[in-house]
Amino acid sequence: MNISHLVWLAVALPVGGFLLNGALALRRPHAKGLVSLVGVGVLFGAFAASLAVFRELWRQPPHDPIIVRLWSWLPVDRLQVEVAFQVDQLSAVMLLVVTGVGSLIHLFSVGYMRQDPGYARYFAYLNLFVVFMLVLVLGSSFPVLFIGWEGVGLCSYLLIGFWFEEKANADAGKKAFLMNRVGDFGFLVAMFFIWRAFGSLDLVTVLSRATTTLQPGGAVVTAITLFLFLGCTGKSAQIPLYTWLPDAMAGPTPVSALIHAATMVTAGVYLVARTNVLFAMAPVSSSVVAGVGALTALYAATIGLRQYDIKKVLAYSTVSQLGYMFLAVGSGAFVSGVFHLVTHAFFKALLFLGSGSVIHALHHAYHATHSHEDPQDMRNMGGLRREMPVTFWLMVIATLAIAGIPPFAGFFSKDEILAGAFARGGAEPAYYVFFGMGLLAALLTAFYMARLLALTFLGPNRTGDAERAHLHEAPWIMTGPLLVLAALSAAGGVINLPAFVGGGAGLEHWLEPVFASGRALLHFEHPEGGVELTLIAGAVAIAVIGLVAGFRVTLGRPMLPARQAPADTGFALVLNRKYYVDELYDAVVVRPLAWLSRVLLWKGVDQGVIDGVAVNGTAWVSRMFGLVGSRLQTGQVGVYVVLFLAGALWILRAVIR
Amino acid sequence: MFLGPSLGLSAILFSLGVAGVLLRRNAIVLFMCIELMLNAVNLTFVALGQLYGANAYVMVFFVMTVAAAEAVVGLAIILGVFRHRQSVDLQNINLLQG
Repeated sequence: MNISHLVWLAVALPVGGFLLNGALALRRPHAKGLVSLVGVGVLFGAFAASLAVFRELWRQPPHDPIIVRLWSWLPVDRLQVEVAFQVDQLSAVMLLVVTGVGSLIHLFSVGYMRQDPGYARYFAYLNLFVVFMLVLVLGSSFPVLFIGWEGVGLCSYLLIGFWFEEKANADAGKKAFLMNRVGDFGFLVAMFFIWRAFGSLDLVTVLSRATTTLQPGGAVVTAITLFLFLGCTGKSAQIPLYTWLPDAMAGPTPVSALIHAATMVTAGVYLVARTNVLFAMAPVSSSVVAGVGALTALYAATIGLRQYDIKKVLAYSTVSQLGYMFLAVGSGAFVSGVFHLVTHAFFKALLFLGSGSVIHALHHAYHATHSHEDPQDMRNMGGLRREMPVTFWLMVIATLAIAGIPPFAGFFSKDEILAGAFARGGAEPAYYVFFGMGLLAALLTAFYMARLLALTFLGPNRTGDAERAHLHEAPWIMTGPLLVLAALSAAGGVINLPAFVGGGAGLEHWLEPVFASGRALLHFEHPEGGVELTLIAGAVAIAVIGLVAGFRVTLGRPMLPARQAPADTGFALVLNRKYYVDELYDAVVVRPLAWLSRVLLWKGVDQGVIDGVAVNGTAWVSRMFGLVGSRLQTGQVGVYVVLFLAGALWILRAVIR
Repeated sequence: MFLGPSLGLSAILFSLGVAGVLLRRNAIVLFMCIELMLNAVNLTFVALGQLYGANAYVMVFFVMTVAAAEAVVGLAIILGVFRHRQSVDLQNINLLQG
């Protein structure tokens, strides 16, 4: 099989899985064995195909992307859009992450969702998500990429509102979808600009002609990149469109791991990395990307400090880590952004699945005693180290990885991002500020992760005396994928080991052809020697301080179960309520919009103009005609005869003439 | 032969018929006025037969047949109306008023 068959297979397998599972969901929703076999099987098949694609590329690294054409989609005059896939080094990395982490999460879902009546539907959606995610990372033109972009949004909506019987879950799905629409508007406008400037929407054409067609730092390239970035803020949950991601935790936990941590939310980072030439040509946009990223990283981390829902902490952590990735790609350190994307996929998927295993245990314990406590509230946990030792140790690995303790994966990628921002600071001092914000965010990250670990696994247990007997470790089908992810989180750094530990920077060389044109436009030196080691030592010291402080502060004060805990006050309350941003958006955007829709659009335009003038007005005019016309119908034969005669004479006159 | 006077007579008869239909209110009289118009047209056909030959005379027979059929249907309707209303005055028959 050659590479185009393999790529086709990697996408076709999940499509088949979706169709089969969708049919089963409609016809045989209880055939769970078959559903698991199909749902997980196609993903492992796709992963195998991706590995084969990667091997082919490894043997013969292509200089230009390999294009796999399927069919012509929009042949309209000069606009020729083909449904085609583009395989290059960056796509291959994304392909492996999506199918690899996806396979593990599918496997975990078999255990996590076993009892759910919507089992088949769940796997159908999950397979469909993988299809669209692959289309997103493989699309060879902006419209095809956009199909994937919208498709993952749809699947995200479907899976956030998976338990739609509860209104809050359905609302969270709607919120995610609508906020993403705001971003998608930016993406669309960017596409229009690109079409105006290049007369093509093909990725290869646009990116290769960018330096000759557009003026560096000009208004056009700045507008294109800023609108693209608006799309990214929606999909990747950055300020100001980040509020949907924490709410998206309403979905099943494996969904949070796959869609809202490892893959979909990183689509924005992928997009910036993919169009790196454009961003490198627009320094203003690059600083906006880096600034928003750094601000989001810091801001979301502060909110994560005071959340009690275990998944909310991880959600804000994800927002914060995505901010890191944007800081990287905004600084021109595209490889670091993709590197962090990969390692983050490992350790954040591990964290989410680990939290899923904890929630699973608590849910069953409360279910067994018919208690209605919140199984996601960390105040109801504590001391789970004894009941769930495997999950505990895996979570420790993930925590060390995200905090940036060497030699875990997160250390290398985070360090490279900070080094990248620092290096850019030499040319543009604003990046020193972003670097400082990133450093502070690293401290907070270590702190809230230590707090999460301490609240969940250490100290005395607060679940309840009756429930404690029912707490137990998750089955192997759930801990198995966790073990693999833990291994990747621990050793994932090897894919891009820096020179100072004797590494060959594998990922950097691998991605060289993709980022060459972008990097050629940026001139700054990577810190070497003493400066580099100082930066690393500082980052590690900060991570250690954060972890130690997190454990000491959390374990140092007594903690009560959620039911008895006193309410937060002062700044802690502000953090717990997420700076009241949801309330602010509600007051500034949602309510005025709803008011406008109700008063002007509904009462005014719809009921007034459309119903009143158009619909009822037409009826009124016809009735008036009828009223006048019916006056002619006297019922008197004489009148009819007169009219008849007049008509006959009139015709006669016309005929004779 | 007598073409002018014949057409003139039929025009007068036809006009009389029209005037009767327009002015009279009794259904029977109205009906007879319609017959008058039909026969005025017949006279026209006969007179023009001198010029057009057999075609015109054939039309006369058609008209007479239709007139006979019309007389049957028309008189039956008038009879029916009279049974309902005890009157054949058209002023009173206005069921089709809009």
